[in-house]
Amino acid sequence: MTEGLRHTASEMLAVLAARQLKNGQVVFAGVGVPLLAATLAQRLNCPGLTILFEGGVIGAFVEPGRLPPSTNDQRCTKRANMVLGSAEVLLLLQRGYVDIGFMGGAQIDQYGNLNSSFIGDPAAPKTRLPGTGGGNDISSLTNMIVAMKHEKRRFVEKVDFVTSPGFLRGRRTRAESGLVAGGMFRVITELAVFGFDDESRRMAVIALNPGVSREEVQDNTGFRLDFHDRVAVTEPPSTHELETLRLLDPERLFTS
Amino acid sequence: MRGYEAQPYARLRENLARRDRSLREKVMSLSEAASFVQDGMTVGVGGSTMSRTPMAMIWELIRQSRRRLTVARSIVSTDGDLFIGSGVADEIVTSWFAQGILWGLSKVMRRHIESGEKRFQEWSHMAIGMRFRAGAMGVPFMPIRSMLGSDVLKLRPEAKEIDCPFTGEKLLLVPALNPDVALIHVQRCDPYGNAQIDGLQFMDIDLAMAANGVIITTERIVSNDQIRRAPDQTKIPFFCVDAVVEAPYGAAPHECYGLYEPMMRHMESYVASVNADPVRGMRDYLDRYVLAPKSWPEFLTLIGMEEVLEATSRGRSIYND
Repeated sequence: MTEGLRHTASEMLAVLAARQLKNGQVVFAGVGVPLLAATLAQRLNCPGLTILFEGGVIGAFVEPGRLPPSTNDQRCTKRANMVLGSAEVLLLLQRGYVDIGFMGGAQIDQYGNLNSSFIGDPAAPKTRLPGTGGGNDISSLTNMIVAMKHEKRRFVEKVDFVTSPGFLRGRRTRAESGLVAGGMFRVITELAVFGFDDESRRMAVIALNPGVSREEVQDNTGFRLDFHDRVAVTEPPSTHELETLRLLDPERLFTS
Repeated sequence: MRGYEAQPYARLRENLARRDRSLREKVMSLSEAASFVQDGMTVGVGGSTMSRTPMAMIWELIRQSRRRLTVARSIVSTDGDLFIGSGVADEIVTSWFAQGILWGLSKVMRRHIESGEKRFQEWSHMAIGMRFRAGAMGVPFMPIRSMLGSDVLKLRPEAKEIDCPFTGEKLLLVPALNPDVALIHVQRCDPYGNAQIDGLQFMDIDLAMAANGVIITTERIVSNDQIRRAPDQTKIPFFCVDAVVEAPYGAAPHECYGLYEPMMRHMESYVASVNADPVRGMRDYLDRYVLAPKSWPEFLTLIGMEEVLEATSRGRSIYND
């Protein structure tokens, strides 16, 4: 892989997230970086990646430079395999047809629970956030990749509100609450790639991004991080990856 | 009983039996159709986010100063701002409420919800869909496997966790949602109410079946003969429908599949205005774009021919190779 061009944090997120996907997978993608990263993976090495959107689309193949402003816009359907109702596409998650759910996140905790509903006390919130959308359904029903900005206020010990469940309170609490399938698989940030321990279900660093130290990741995280025995260092985005990404989002809608 | 709670079956049947379901013409004006929406009702809104929003009908409800509505929609965009910012609605039932992902948080939503003046009742996207579906099926609930274990569920005592009588597994029952009236915008409809939808249908078919009344706004009214040449494209049958209104560009400034994409310059100027000052910015917007125009075409004129044509060009391009 050749050393890449200069890039922004969100470009880094999109490239690293795209690398997590495998050809042949069925991916349910949210708008923004997830949509962009899934589309990038299709153009790079996963031509057989099937992308689903909550607006009611199976097999999306988004046109370069015509990114949809939400996953409910007509652009999502261009050259797709099928258009169907929103409830129908969400029910495919419940039936088990989806390999990976792919979302952004506003706030996450050590067990991978995501909050996109309230900052502060839900009864008298400091900030009312937009809410779950399909996030709760996706994270309840399939394996999740989350791509998000790494800030201490976003990586907290316990989220103010569990909008989209990760492993809840760790160990078997997710399955015990009735969520028998899926769970957090990876979290991608501009600093590192994280997985979750099989037993404790706590977040752990599995790879550092190029030039990032363990201390830097820990300093930007609001809880104690575990590190895998052999923490890898991620290859930087290649020129080819970045050029392909910029063809998809020339106006930098989601990669500013 | 509020329209967003599961209703006794006998009442659902009575409400339906009272409606005139005969094959009859029901074309009327926006202002006449608005009379089907009365203060305090629960209103289901078709489309999703910035797509096929029944904006002309919402615009008319603001002009007629409806009050105390509860509004249910799969995903809410600037339509939600307008509903609560104008004083028409007191509560929004949805899974997601902002102006659009491009613009971050809605200051209008924050201003009215954080102060406690208005309410935002949050469900998962699939839960909203299954609530409309239960309503459409004439059953009081549907079982789902999401929302379990989350705090979204903790805020929703209306939903009930059960142990499945067949498997013993945990399931969540979400109550049927049978709105008093549904507002749905489509590409084509005949004078009887046979409505054809191109592209993304969202939850509109369930919504139409669930509601106790349906107002269709349509880009154009076509003959019943034309409907009968492609009956597979009819998504909502005439006997669900109480009013048909011809409203060209009736989802503007949002999009209507195959015809026009969102009018982004208008949306951006709206967002800049209301997010700078969610009260005065909204009042200025309503004065200028909702209350001042004498007609829907006059509102479109304010958006501007250039922007409308440009959105139309992008909209039609979905059919280009």
